[in-house]
Parts: sequence; C-alpha cells; structure tokens
Amino acid sequence: MKRLATGSQLLAPVLLLALVGVLGNFTSRSVQFQFRFALVMATIVIALYVFIGNSGVVSFGHVSFVAVGAFAAGLTTVPEALKLSLSPDLFPLIAGAEVGNAVSLVLAAAVGGAFAFLVGVPLMRLSGLSAGIATFAVLVITNNILRNWEAIGPGARTLSLVPETTSFLQATCGAIAVAVVAFAYQRSRFGRVLRASSDDAAAAQGAGIEIHRQRLLAFTLSGALAGFAGGLLVHLLGSITTQQVYLDLAFVTLAMLVIGGVRSLWGAVVGALLVSGVNSLLLTAEGGIGLGVGELNVPTGTRLVTLGVVMALILLFRPRGLTGGREVTLRLPR
Amino acid sequence: MTSALQTLIDATALGSIYALVAMGIGLVFGVMRLVNFAHGELITAGAYALALTNHLPLAVSLAACFAVVIGLVLAMDVAYRPLRTTTPTTMLVTTFAVSFLLQAVALLAFGARGQNVGVLPELNRAVSIGDVRVRWVTLVSIAVGAVLLGATAAVLGRTDIGLQMRAAAMDPRTAQLLGVRASTVIRFAFVMAGILAASATVLLTVQRPLVTPSYGFQLVIPALVGVVVGGMDRLVSATLGGFAIGFAAAVLGDVLPADGRVFLDTALFLLVILVLLVRPSGLFSRSRAAWERL
Repeated sequence: MKRLATGSQLLAPVLLLALVGVLGNFTSRSVQFQFRFALVMATIVIALYVFIGNSGVVSFGHVSFVAVGAFAAGLTTVPEALKLSLSPDLFPLIAGAEVGNAVSLVLAAAVGGAFAFLVGVPLMRLSGLSAGIATFAVLVITNNILRNWEAIGPGARTLSLVPETTSFLQATCGAIAVAVVAFAYQRSRFGRVLRASSDDAAAAQGAGIEIHRQRLLAFTLSGALAGFAGGLLVHLLGSITTQQVYLDLAFVTLAMLVIGGVRSLWGAVVGALLVSGVNSLLLTAEGGIGLGVGELNVPTGTRLVTLGVVMALILLFRPRGLTGGREVTLRLPR
Repeated sequence: MTSALQTLIDATALGSIYALVAMGIGLVFGVMRLVNFAHGELITAGAYALALTNHLPLAVSLAACFAVVIGLVLAMDVAYRPLRTTTPTTMLVTTFAVSFLLQAVALLAFGARGQNVGVLPELNRAVSIGDVRVRWVTLVSIAVGAVLLGATAAVLGRTDIGLQMRAAAMDPRTAQLLGVRASTVIRFAFVMAGILAASATVLLTVQRPLVTPSYGFQLVIPALVGVVVGGMDRLVSATLGGFAIGFAAAVLGDVLPADGRVFLDTALFLLVILVLLVRPSGLFSRSRAAWERL
C-alpha cells in the first residue's frame, strides 16, 4: 500500500514526460521542435527544483550552470578545424577536445556540478534575500566572463555548428533520468534532512544536521543536473549565444517552477510543461491558426504579453503553485 | 588630481540616482516585505511618457511623467494585494513576472528600437568649476537627490503617516493592533516610491535619452543589488547601499584599465558577493538578527 503511494509519486511525473515525448512524435516538424524544447525546459526546471524545492533557498544562479554545461558540451563536439576558424583564441586544450555526443553530456554534467560545488562552498552559508542576490551575482559574473573571455569560448559570437543530436528519445530519456535522480534524492536521507532544515532551521541544527553541508550537496547535484540539461539544450538548438542562457531563461525557468509549485517534483514538471505549452500555442497563433471558417491571427508580440498575463495571474491567485507543492499520491480505497 | 575629482563628482551623481531608486524599493519593502522588481518599469513608463510628450511644453511633459508613474504605482498596489500573505519567493517571482509583463507591453506598444527623450537638453551643457568641467545634470542630480532624500526623511520622521510607516515596518502586527491601517500605509509607501522613481526618471533621461522596453529594468537590477548589499532592514542602509553601488560602478568604470573594462560587471558583482559573505544582513545594517551561522 505504502509502496503504491510512493511509486505513484514518481510515476506521475515520469508518465507525463513520456506522454509528451510520445505525443510529440506525431506532430509536424516545426511543432516537434517545440515538444523537444519543452522537455529540455522541464529538465532544467527539475534541476532547479532539486535545490530550491528541497532547501527552500531561492537561486537565480542555476542558469549559469546550464550555460557552462551548454558551452562545454557545444565546444567539445564542434570539429576542431571549424572551432578554430570560429574562435581562434581558444585554449589548445579546449580547441583540441573532440568527443562524442554521450561523453559531451557527461562532461556538461561534470562541469556544471564542479562549478556549482566551487560556488556553493562560500555561498551556501547565506539564506533568504542575501542568497538570492549572491546567486544572481554568480549569474552576472558567469555571463560577463563567458561573453568576454575568448580563450574559453566564442565570446559574444554565436557558437554554431553544434551537432543537433537531441532527438525525442534523448530529450525524453534525459528528462526522465533527471526526474528519477531528483526523486531518489528527495526520498534519500539527505533529501529528507535538507527538507527538515528548510522547515525549521533551528530545530534541524539542534538535531545535529549540518545545514551548510546538506545544502552544498543539493546545490552540487542540482548544478550537475543543470549542466546536463545545458548539454541537451545546446544539442537541441545547434547553436547558442551567451544571451540565450542569461536573465530571460533564469526568470522563465524560475517562474515555471513557482507556477507549478516549488515544493514538489510534480509541480516542477507540470509548471515547465504547462508554460512551455502555452508559449508554443501562442507562437503558433502568431503564425496564424486555421479555425475552419476563418483564421485566428494575433499580432506579433502578443505572445510575450499573454504569457506575462498568464504567469502573473497564476502567481497572484495560486501563490503556492498549481499543484500546491504536493506530489500525486494514489491510494487504494479501503 | 583633477581627474580624480571629476570621477568622484560623476560617481556621486550616479550614486544619487541609484539612491532614489533604492529608497523607493526600500520604502515598499519596509511596509510590505516585498521586493518590487517591477519598480524599474515605473521608470520605463515615466520615460516613455516624457518621450511621447516631447513636443509639448516642459511642464506638461513633467506632469505627464509623474501622472503616469503614480497611476502605475497605484495599480501595482492593488495588483500586489493578494501577495501580502505569501512566501518571499512567490512575492519575488511574481513581481518579476509583472516586470516581464510590463516590458512585453512596452515592446508591443512602442517596439524594440527605442525612442528619444529630449526633455531639459540644456542640462547637458558643461560648467567649469576651477579645473573641473562637469555637466549641469551632474550637479542637479546630486542636489535633487539630496533634497528628495531629505524630504523623505522628513515625512518619515515628522508626520503621522511617517510614524505609522515606521511602526508598520518595525512590527506590522503590533502596529495593526494599535490602529495603523495596513492598506493606507502600504499605499502611501507606493506613492512615495512612485514620486522618487519619477524624479529619478527625469534626471536619468537627460543623461541616457534613448528609452527602450528594458530601460528601467537595467537600472533596477543594480539598484536592487545595492539595496540588499546595503541592508534591507533599515531604509537608511538600503538607500546608502543604492548610492554605494552606483558610486562603485562609476569609480570602477574609471579605474579599471581599458581592456579590463568589459569585466566591470565581474569586478562589481565579486565585490557584492564578498560583502554578502562578510555581512549577510548588509554593509550598513545594524542588526545582527539576520546574521546567520550555519
């Protein structure tokens, strides 16, 4: 009985992700891209959830882990000759590196995790707004360096010609794998301890929990997952600039998480897929939707306004998120 | 020596504008515990009002700017009402969403290319004081900043509503029990923040006349960082923090070598992280309550 309840908590998000992956296969080519993009966004939001949902500390900085993951995976899969013509100032180590798709994703996760660990050691002592602003500072610094230091990347130019290997299979499996890791973590001793500490820091410390260490663990794990998601993202888009993994993405992913419900994995998945879905619908509507009798055609630019209205309304009137921060729990009738 | 003095004057002027923005953010935070990301869009709205009334007399332009900003800030007061009972994270993300929405509206209405504000062009003329040449707007910014900060301090310190605002900021529940009306106090704080924002808009558009949808957002981010670095628990420390970040940005911009200037943000935000690590509750904060040892 209890096992069913626990299983359903993981099963619901996994099934939803799988459903999106399968359904997307039956759509037209341009819509397929939207579906795969939604799955990658869900991966990023789940990574974000692993830290924010369990620790209760806001982080604006996770997109910097997505960014380093994306550039790590991108730079190691573009052929060497092309890379040097694109950015001649690269360190020889980076210029010479050329690995396969799977290795590049692992590398993205490793780089994201290592970066998160380094940042986390000092920053995880902070809470509340100080933590929010400090992680935001990390985002600004990461972007500033990636954009201007041409020995580690293409700088302000576009990193293009990255192999577009994020298929439906990869996007779906990637998102599900990350969801499973997130779930395993939240059920583990470490996840429970961190949740306890976010509910009542003083009591948790009294019970001998080292909050700093637990937060650092969650931060590193979620940084690695974010880096992995960045790898998926760059292999989906085929090209990337530093501005694509900056403020807009940081805000949108955080909004997705809060809209779904910060405190549950189910919330992260629902929020990411719902907002992505609304966005794709509006994107299609800007191109014109055939309605049989006539065509519904909304002017360009209404998409962002509508998206903003939808997000603001949900946040104002469902402040705990659409799921209320609860997991889906099935119980057999007694 | 001359150039050092020049730098200091310019830095003080930029710091004054940031202080006005920071004080507005701090006022609202004090009575509502809400960090209003959309504060920047007040400035954007004011700047568009100035741009659209460019051809009209100056008084009309200024009136339009203040009217639009105060109208928008009152709308925010109403819109944020459901947030009063939610968590800080939700508040933060919601105001961010409102900011995003307003930027999208500006993009739809006015396009991405930007519009020019030509109000008070004579303020861009330079004046020589000894060896130093400064633009009028620099001096006016410092003066207006000082006057408005003084006026705000007077309102908070010497009027009934100011007393109520301080009481509500210190302990909202007790203040309410003693008959302070939360809605009145919050609305008043929003209006004061609006007046400060509109004044900052006029000063800012003289120096940076090109208004785009993200005009105010680009300003509010550093101001907000300044507020937190200064310390949110007291209005004075929040305002000083805003001043400090503007000042530091201007000085760093002058001091850094030319080829290192692209890394200005890195230097500035590393400084921010350092300050937060050493004094998590703020550089100018007095309280040790938020001082956490994990």
